[in-house]
Amino acid sequence: MADRTAEIRPGDILVFSTLRNERVRLPYFLRYYRNMGVNHFLIVDNDSDDGSGDYLRQQKDVSLWRAGASYKRARFGVDWLNWLQGKYAHGHWSLVVDPDEFLIYPFCDTRPLRALTDWLDASSIRSFGAMLVDMYPKGPLDARPYRAGEDPFQIASWFDSGNYMIRKNNKFGNLWIQGGPRMRAFFADNPERAPALNKIPLVKWHRSFTYVSSTHMLLPRGLNRVYDEWGGEKASGCLLHAKFLDTFSAKAKEELERRQHYANSHEYRAYHAHLRDNPDLWCKWSEKFINWRQLEILGLMSKGNWA
Amino acid sequence: MTIGFVMLVHEALNRAEQVARHWAGRGCPVVIHVDKRVARGEYAAFAKALSEFDNVEFSTRHRCEWGTWSLVQATLSGTRQMLRQFPEVRHVYLASGSCLPLRPVEELVAYLEKRPQTDFIESVTTEDVPWTVGGLDEERFTLRFPFSWKKHRKLFDAYVGLQRRIGFKRRIPDGLVPHMGSQWWCLTRQTLTAIFDDPAFDEYVRYFRRVWIPDESFFQTMVRLYSTNIESRSLTLSKFDFQGKPHIFYDDHMQLLRRSDCFVARKIWPYADKLYDGLLSDEGAITTGAEPNPGKIDRIFSKAVERRTKGRPGLYMQSRFPNDDWENGKTCAQYSVFQGFAELFEDFETWLERNVNVRAHGHLFAPERVEFSGRAAVFSGALTDSAAIRDYNPRAFLTNLIWNTRGERQAFQFGPRDNQAINWFMAKDPNAKISVISGAWAVPLFHSNKDFSVIRKAAARQQKIESEFLSILRSPWVKARVRIWTMADFIEAPMEPLQVIIDEIGARATNRLTAAPRMVPLQGFGQFLQNLKNQGMHPYLMGDFTTGATIQNRHQAEKPYLVK
Repeated sequence: MADRTAEIRPGDILVFSTLRNERVRLPYFLRYYRNMGVNHFLIVDNDSDDGSGDYLRQQKDVSLWRAGASYKRARFGVDWLNWLQGKYAHGHWSLVVDPDEFLIYPFCDTRPLRALTDWLDASSIRSFGAMLVDMYPKGPLDARPYRAGEDPFQIASWFDSGNYMIRKNNKFGNLWIQGGPRMRAFFADNPERAPALNKIPLVKWHRSFTYVSSTHMLLPRGLNRVYDEWGGEKASGCLLHAKFLDTFSAKAKEELERRQHYANSHEYRAYHAHLRDNPDLWCKWSEKFINWRQLEILGLMSKGNWA
Repeated sequence: MTIGFVMLVHEALNRAEQVARHWAGRGCPVVIHVDKRVARGEYAAFAKALSEFDNVEFSTRHRCEWGTWSLVQATLSGTRQMLRQFPEVRHVYLASGSCLPLRPVEELVAYLEKRPQTDFIESVTTEDVPWTVGGLDEERFTLRFPFSWKKHRKLFDAYVGLQRRIGFKRRIPDGLVPHMGSQWWCLTRQTLTAIFDDPAFDEYVRYFRRVWIPDESFFQTMVRLYSTNIESRSLTLSKFDFQGKPHIFYDDHMQLLRRSDCFVARKIWPYADKLYDGLLSDEGAITTGAEPNPGKIDRIFSKAVERRTKGRPGLYMQSRFPNDDWENGKTCAQYSVFQGFAELFEDFETWLERNVNVRAHGHLFAPERVEFSGRAAVFSGALTDSAAIRDYNPRAFLTNLIWNTRGERQAFQFGPRDNQAINWFMAKDPNAKISVISGAWAVPLFHSNKDFSVIRKAAARQQKIESEFLSILRSPWVKARVRIWTMADFIEAPMEPLQVIIDEIGARATNRLTAAPRMVPLQGFGQFLQNLKNQGMHPYLMGDFTTGATIQNRHQAEKPYLVK
């Protein structure tokens, strides 16, 4: 569709993403990661019909592929990205994020992403964990519509600070994290079905690596060891998740109709049912986002030994 | 007299060039060693860029590998060239390509002018070195290391292991006492020439060629033979993390670096534009004349190491998920657990909150819902009162609660009706202060007015559960502070135990307790227990209640206790 991969130079930091009908999010998404120092975007467009493809094709640092095959059959887009990463990301730091996921890492307000990846290289660390933090507005989701180019966290500026539950997945050696507003509001009776929030989006890619399901876990298993087991803290970040904007209801409805998501879209059915009755995720204990230091103090992420 | 800089460079040549220009342009000779692994073209461009300076020279290039003699060799040839070519140099300063001067070079010159005979080199005997990584300190000098640590780690380790097993030891040349320290030194011409002119120099070199990481020990050991005045510290600010790799400085360290009053710092991130632009410009120069004081930077970096190795106690998160008993604090703060109190006293929670600085919850692990203080639906950190979520991971629920309320003491009720999945965890947690009035669970049953067969069944179940909990609390693995009374003992004289509990948490007022919580009516409780016995159950955890006997505190229950 638009293959600019020839422009990728050694050492470039690459973003990989799949999307469907996310035109309104794209300007801010691209700007956010460009400012962070990402050099090239490799994006798979899953049959968008809202102009996302046209917009992306015009971006000089974007390579675009269009895929019509079913999202579900391609294991939620993982297969596409694994293939692209194998081909283009070998030897690069590779960040896999959806258009509504925004990486926060220690010192991200003063140090570009390359400072982090250089430090990870120097420390012989190959993968960097960043847990998903669901952000939401105060009041109904559609009270303030999101406009293209806008910082979504001006609207969805709240999050849950301390209701995350962690278990270890012994098969893949990763942590399995659930919680936040989605578990609290949508899965209070059924917590085991709450979506996974653990993510390992930033990896010094080798062509032998594979994401197993979304960016929750990888192979080989050693890449999932982004946590310390002897009391210490490894460095980690957060992916601020701008899912809960006014665009959400339409998205949930569409996804429900397409039935493309995991396990018969039970997640989207739960959202749909709940949001009809009580569209406010905010509660009196919600925390308003300030910066990465706040997330660090709250214990959602850590500087580890990066100082 | 002046100072000459020997620079060891292997990457970010543009930055090395900037720094070399800075020094050379201010009258300090610079001799640069460029690692042989740097491509020829790149080297040529670098050398050409500096060709305008006649006080910049390049020394014979060696291929440098970390941990090996090659680094010392590079240093030796650079230093010799410096002494030979620039007779005005009195102090030679060893720097790397990622070093950055923090103070004007004139200040450094003036500082050394006042200390013409002083050698600045960190030089510590092996017994006193706390920083070695991997357990090799003394053995650096007595074993052989033919295999590369970076490329052939397994062979390296195996060969070290083999030598340890067979008891191999190299002989250290006579007169040498191994010393170690930072490789970045500043030595006088006098000391350096004395080292180089030593008739045994070649023998020492032969020995050190096979020492592990000789760049941290060759000069550090040799100066001890000749220097008359050693200041055992480096003038270069350089910090190492727990893996032994240098901490890196970024733009946001600017203020910290300036305030350190150190002369030179490493390592600087090559893209730290603000540091390079700010510190290499003359406008930015601050002349303080102060002694170097890296204390604040030391603290920041040692805190970073501590966070990486010990972490924050009681925190469970995506990058800190300790194995059992490695938590370094199962929870992050003390909390109180009360079993049987809310059953015996009508207003225990509010009474507790009135008398001590504490957030008093109901039964957090109750089967119906989480009974947060005031029965709120959501609590600190956005924890919800959903029993399903809590029971999905009770331990995470508790540790989250304690973490989220840092700074506010938590207390909650517990009992045999509650989810017991957490009992071992609490028992092994030194932060838990557990007080139990055993058998008090029978009081709500006594008041329940239910069908007696139902009561009997519930009583049998709860007694079994509580007795299991009590045997956990009495096991030798317990780390919690545990207090257990039978109900009979407790109601005999409740003020004393209540005072103990209040004191432990920290009373709001310094006075002694004046008002006890209101006890529920217990007339007929003895008969109730007898009825249970008559039904074939054996209620024993509450202690001795005589059938038909009047419970002593019957009328006292209506009015508050008065003590002294």
